[in-house]
Order: sequence, then C-alpha cells, then structure tokens
Amino acid sequence: MNSPPTVAHPAHKDYEGSKLGMWLFLFTEILLFGGLFILYSAYRARYPLEFHNSGQHLNVVIGVVNTIILLTSSLTVAISITALRRRDRKLSLLSLSATIALGAAFLANKYIEWSGEIHHGLYPNSPALMQRPHGDQIFFGLYYSMTGLHGLHVLAGIVLLSVVLVFVIREKITGTDFNKLENAGLYWHLVDVIWIFLLPLFYLAA
Amino acid sequence: MSSYLDDNGGRRGILGWIASTDHKRIGVLYLASMLILFFIAVAIGVLMRIEQLALDPPLFAPQVYNAFFTVHGVIMIFMFVLPGLPAVFGNFFLPIMIGARDVAFPRLNLLSWYFFIAGATIVISSLFTGNGPPDTGWTFYAPFSLKTGTNVVLGVLGAFVLGFSSILTGLNFITTIHRLRAPGMTWHRMPLFAWSLYGTAWIQLLATPIIGITLLLIIAERLFGIGVFDPAKGGDPLLYQHLFWIYSHPAVYIMILPAMGAISEIIPTFAHKTIFGYKAIAYSSLAIAFLGSLVWGHHMFTSGMSETANLVFSLLTFIVAVPSAIKVFNWTATLYKGSIEVKAPMLYALTFIFLFSIGGLTGLMQGALAVNVHLHDTYFIVGHFHYVMFGGTGIGFLAAILYWFPKMFGKTYSEKTAFLSWIPIFIGFNMLYFSMLVLGYMGMPRRYFTHLPQYHSAHVISSIGSFIMAFGLVLFFANLLVALFKGKKAEQNPWGGVTLEWQIPTPPPAENFLVIPEIKGRPYAFNRRASDE
Amino acid sequence: MEQTDMQEHIIPYRTLVFVWLLLILFTAILVSASRLFHETLSVGAMLVLTPIKAGLVFFYFMHLKYEKTYLKALVLLTLGLLVLVIGLLFFDVLYR
Repeated sequence: MNSPPTVAHPAHKDYEGSKLGMWLFLFTEILLFGGLFILYSAYRARYPLEFHNSGQHLNVVIGVVNTIILLTSSLTVAISITALRRRDRKLSLLSLSATIALGAAFLANKYIEWSGEIHHGLYPNSPALMQRPHGDQIFFGLYYSMTGLHGLHVLAGIVLLSVVLVFVIREKITGTDFNKLENAGLYWHLVDVIWIFLLPLFYLAA
Repeated sequence: MSSYLDDNGGRRGILGWIASTDHKRIGVLYLASMLILFFIAVAIGVLMRIEQLALDPPLFAPQVYNAFFTVHGVIMIFMFVLPGLPAVFGNFFLPIMIGARDVAFPRLNLLSWYFFIAGATIVISSLFTGNGPPDTGWTFYAPFSLKTGTNVVLGVLGAFVLGFSSILTGLNFITTIHRLRAPGMTWHRMPLFAWSLYGTAWIQLLATPIIGITLLLIIAERLFGIGVFDPAKGGDPLLYQHLFWIYSHPAVYIMILPAMGAISEIIPTFAHKTIFGYKAIAYSSLAIAFLGSLVWGHHMFTSGMSETANLVFSLLTFIVAVPSAIKVFNWTATLYKGSIEVKAPMLYALTFIFLFSIGGLTGLMQGALAVNVHLHDTYFIVGHFHYVMFGGTGIGFLAAILYWFPKMFGKTYSEKTAFLSWIPIFIGFNMLYFSMLVLGYMGMPRRYFTHLPQYHSAHVISSIGSFIMAFGLVLFFANLLVALFKGKKAEQNPWGGVTLEWQIPTPPPAENFLVIPEIKGRPYAFNRRASDE
Repeated sequence: MEQTDMQEHIIPYRTLVFVWLLLILFTAILVSASRLFHETLSVGAMLVLTPIKAGLVFFYFMHLKYEKTYLKALVLLTLGLLVLVIGLLFFDVLYR
C-alpha cells in the first residue's frame, strides 16, 4: 500500500498529490462541459435536420484553423515541459511563449468569427434568429454557450500559463521542481480536448 | 500543552481565525456560520407554519409565502445540509482520524470557506434588492424561473458560488485520503466516517459541476435569451429538470452519507463493540454514491417523461435503497449483545436510525410509479424529505456535535439538558412532519400558501409541532453555547472511543500529533470481542 | 527543493511531434469526410476518430499512459459516468 512519508507541518511537497488534485479539478471541468454535451445530445436527437443545416452557417475555415492552433499549442506546452526537465530553459521559455501566443490567436479568431455571425444577425434573441425554426435557435443557443464557455476557459488558460511563464523566468519552477508547469499544461490540454469535441459537433455537423 | 484554540498562527485577533489554514479552525468557522444561517432558515420555516395556522385572512401575501419556501429551501439545502457534516466534522476530524497533520491543500480549504461566505452573502442580498427574493422554489424550474421578475439571477449566482465551496471540499478530501494516511493506515483500517467522506467527496466533485452549468444557463437565458429551456425558442423545460436533478439527487447522498458515517462511529463506541460488517458499510458508501447518480428521474415521474424512462428510474430507485438498508441492518447488528450505554450522542444516534428509516421507507413508496402519481407535489414529499434530511442528516449532525464537542472545544456540556432537549425535538419533529405525510396522502398540495378546510386540523398539529421543535433546538444549542464558555474541562476520551481523535489531547494541538502514529491494528478494536471483524 | 517521488519518465520530443502529426492527420480526415462522404460515413468517422484524438491527448500530451493505474481508472470512471448519464437520459429523449 502506498505509504506517504512522515512529514513535519507545514512544509511538505507531495508531487503526486498535487498532480492528483489537478486531475480531480479537470474532472469537474469535464462534468461542467458534460452538462452542455448532455443538452447537445438531447437536442441533436430532437432536431437532426436543423442541426445539420445550421452548421452550414458557421465558418468551417476558422473552425479548422482554430483546431490546428489548439492542437499545436498542446504540442508546444508539452515540449516546454520536456525541455525544462532536460535543462533546456531557452527552448522551454520559447515553447511556453508560443503556447500563449497561439492561445491569443485562437481568441482573436473567435472574435472575428463571432463578429461575422453577429453581423449576419445570428445571435441569441436576434430578430433574424427568432424567425428561424426552433431547431436553428437551439443550435445557435448551444453554439454560443459552448464555444463561449470554452473561450472563457482559453482566456483563463492564457492567464494561468502567463503566470507560470513568469515563474519559470524567475526560476520558481525548475527542471527538478516543475509540477506547477505540468499542472498548467494539464489544464491547457483539457481545453484542447474539449475543442476536439466541439469541432465535429458544430462545424462539421453539416 | 497549547491547543489549536490558543495557537493564533502568528496573526492578530480575528485574523487568526478567518485567515487560518488550520483544518480545525476552518471546521469551527463553518460551524459558526452554518448555525447562524440554519436558525435564519428555521425562523422562516416557523413563519410558514404560522401562515398555515392563520388561515383566513392569510397573514402573508401569497407572493411572500412563495419567497419564504424558496429562501428556506435555498438556505437549508445549500448552506446547512449540503456542507453539513463534511464542512464541520470532516474538516475537523478527517486528517486526525487518518493520522495526518492537515488536509492535502490547506489554503484551498480556507478558500472553500470564503466561497461559502461569498455565496451565502449573495443569496442573502437577493432578499433585500431589486424585486425581492426568488419565488420559484429552491428548484428554480424553467420556464417560470426564466420569466419571473424576482431576483432569480442573484439567488442562482449565490448557489453557483456555494457550489465551488462544495467542489473544493470534495477535491481536498479525496486527495487527503489517497495521499496522507499515516503509515499502516491502510484503506481497510480507516474509520467508517472517513469512508463515508470519501464516497461523499466523489459526489461533491463530479455532480456539483452539473448544477453549476445549469444555474449558469438560467442566468444566460435571463440575460441573453439563449433559449435552451424556453419552449418559445424550441427549448425543453424537461431538459432543465433533467439537468437539475442529475445533480440534486446525488446531492441528497452528499447530505446523508457523512451523517451515516458519524452514526457508524457513535454506535460502536456506545455499544462497546466492534461495528458489524465494516467492509459492507464501507463499500455501501461507495455503492450509494454510484447508484445514487443514476436515479434522478424519480423526481420527474409525472413531468411528461417517457414511460420507458419512468420504469427504468423506478427500478434503479428500488435498487439504491439496498445499500442504505445494509447499513441499518449492520448498525442494529452492532447493538446486538453489545454493552450499550445510552449517553446523549447515543440517544440521538438511535433516533437517527428510527427517523431515517421512516424517511427511507417513504422514499421507497414514492419510487413506486402508481403511488407517485398521487403523491407527487403533495405534502407527502415534504414530509418524506424532512424525515431524511432533518430526521436523518439533521439529527445525525446533532449526534455528531454531542459526540465530538468535548474533543473540539475541551468543554463538557450538560448531559441532562441534552437529554431534556431531545424530548421537544423528538415530539415536535414527529408532530410537524408526520402530519405532513398524512396531509399529502389526503391530497394537500405543497407550496400553497393556504389550504382547504378539511386539511386544517392536520396543519394545526404540524404548526404546533414546529413551535415545540424550535424550542427544543434552541435549548439544545443554548446548552452547547453555555458549555463553550462555562463548561467543565473535558477529559481526553470521555466516551472511550478507539479512533485516533480520542488518542490525542483535548482540545487537539495545532499540529494534531507530536509524532505521526503508526497504525498496527484494525479499527474499532474494543476490548470485548476484539477479534470480531 | 528536490521533490520526492517524482516521475522518472520524460516524454521525448519525437513522440510529442509524432502524436501532433497524427492529430493533424485525423483532423484532416474528419474535415474531408464531412465534405466528401455520405452522412452516415462522415458521422461514423467522427464517432471513431474524435475519441481517438482525445485519447491521444490524454495518453501522451497529458502523460496518462505513464501514470499509475489508479489515475487511469479514475479518468475512465469519470468519463464512464458521463456516458452512463447520457445513456439514461436517452431512455426519456428517444421514447417520448
């Protein structure tokens, strides 16, 4: 049985415990988005045709570009960890900065994308949307809720990674004491995983 | 030797309490704040009973009554019964029981209390601002919750923030149990209270985010018109109910599991006998946590769900009763041939078994589809859930506080007053809630500010019961309050308990243990029948 | 401060890049399938490839492949619970 070390209060560093805590937090995120996926699945079953058609109003190019951006940012943050543990601080900082930049690019794309759709009158409670069939309204309601919540999480991730970047620069995170970076990476990867599911559900629905 | 009560952690005055990351102080902070909120909600409940007493003309307008039952529910559920035993006794005793110095994430622990206070403040503020407190019931059902002009957004936001408190507690307890058990403290040597907290923590962690997103969606609907629950836009209010109960049913197991865990501690101590069926009780906590996540549809039998869903959820509801029943059998079997000493904690623990059984059985009755058609949205339901939430968790909370008070505060309360207060509590409780079972059976709907004349006598009994019970509760807590300041010094182990908290000084020192113990034997190894499983 | 019980395994760069290439490839297949193929086939591709993509991120980028068994079990239990809940919900959604 796993026997934890006997330690004196208060300073103890439990790497495995810290990682477990982070994974547990990720479970809450999975369930949070899970609630929305539950709604999506129920409504997709109810309005299959409208969901199929509404997907055509979304900008697939931006959707795919954003997917590539996030997948690449997952790569860069993972590289950042390997680099730091191999004492290549320069590569680590470069990769981490790239991750943050890619995240920002994702949000910039999202801004352009949403502006486009809002310009076309497709936003919650818009007169144009209210005239469309029910299935379309639900599709867009879910679209804005799910990509919106996801975007908020991307923003939070950018802030988190920036803080971690400062810690790496100041050597509060090092090659031997890297679990904050790793935990931040775990969060970022989950944000990526959620997008992996959002892509086919909305953009490839058509 | 100095205790955690003397150790201000290098801070001055009240900061030593509200900025402390000591799990014991955080437990006490929760206790104090929860009890204040509890008595506010009790007062609202009494006002509701007065409304039913003063039939014609009504004392309060219907709108006011709607706000009463909404706020009473929101406070009781989100600020008392849900945090309940985990926030107070889990925080205080889990680390000690497993031989640790604190929880895995002490600062996160303090943050969870801050979220609790923030959430409570937001909910209370909804009473005094804008168009007044929400009038939707604590269940916030769409479409009414989307359309009513009252402070739904504030109320729901408060509940959302409170959810963070619950999630962080769960996260902390899971990590603590996985990582901080003392050498030799294997999973099967952990006290049953710890097992119950483990099962509870998983529900807190996994179920709460679902209500989180549901509440956010209400806000999104009210502010942006998203439309997912609005029939005018193609939304389905039934999906709101699904999402709501996918959390709120498991939530009741958050409420009851730790209370059952406390009872599993108290019964062996006062029967001076090892608990019967340790593994069965331990694993039934996990079984209840899992199965309890699959029965939510039984709140929706008459809502318009498919008949297939009705059948599936009814079957699952019957199945989930089994692990709870296993616990009741095992507690009873523990008493058999024990050397039973009915001190105050034991009296309340035995009361728990009785009242919870009534609550559980009435729940089973409701799980039967044909019966549910008649009972849904009647006072029967109200009676049922008060028997489990109050007769169960509430009385369990009282039993736990009587059990652990000497250890927590180093003072002795009056055993006599504890017994005396039991009388109005027990009599008042049953007058108050058994009448409701009868009323519901006779067809009285719930959440109505008034009632037809044929229901009046039962309502009178119920209301008088509420006054008697409220008096008993005040007596109960007055006893503890007096003991806090003037009570005799408590011994280290007044009850002869065998779990780790009774092996350390009373009150515990700040770091719990001078030396982390090494565990060599099974839990509950009393001198008599020490070879029992 | 040196950490106790640190993991030994560091994921090599080439593994990371290879996984990334797979992810891009699968994304390309998904997008083409949705444009070119019959609906059933493209939906089928989505149902197969999307979980595989997510799995790659979990197992390699998030290091789950190299973690202790209990953590893998907990991830599986969490996802399994979500699937179970959706499944139960569909007893209502499909048969109303």
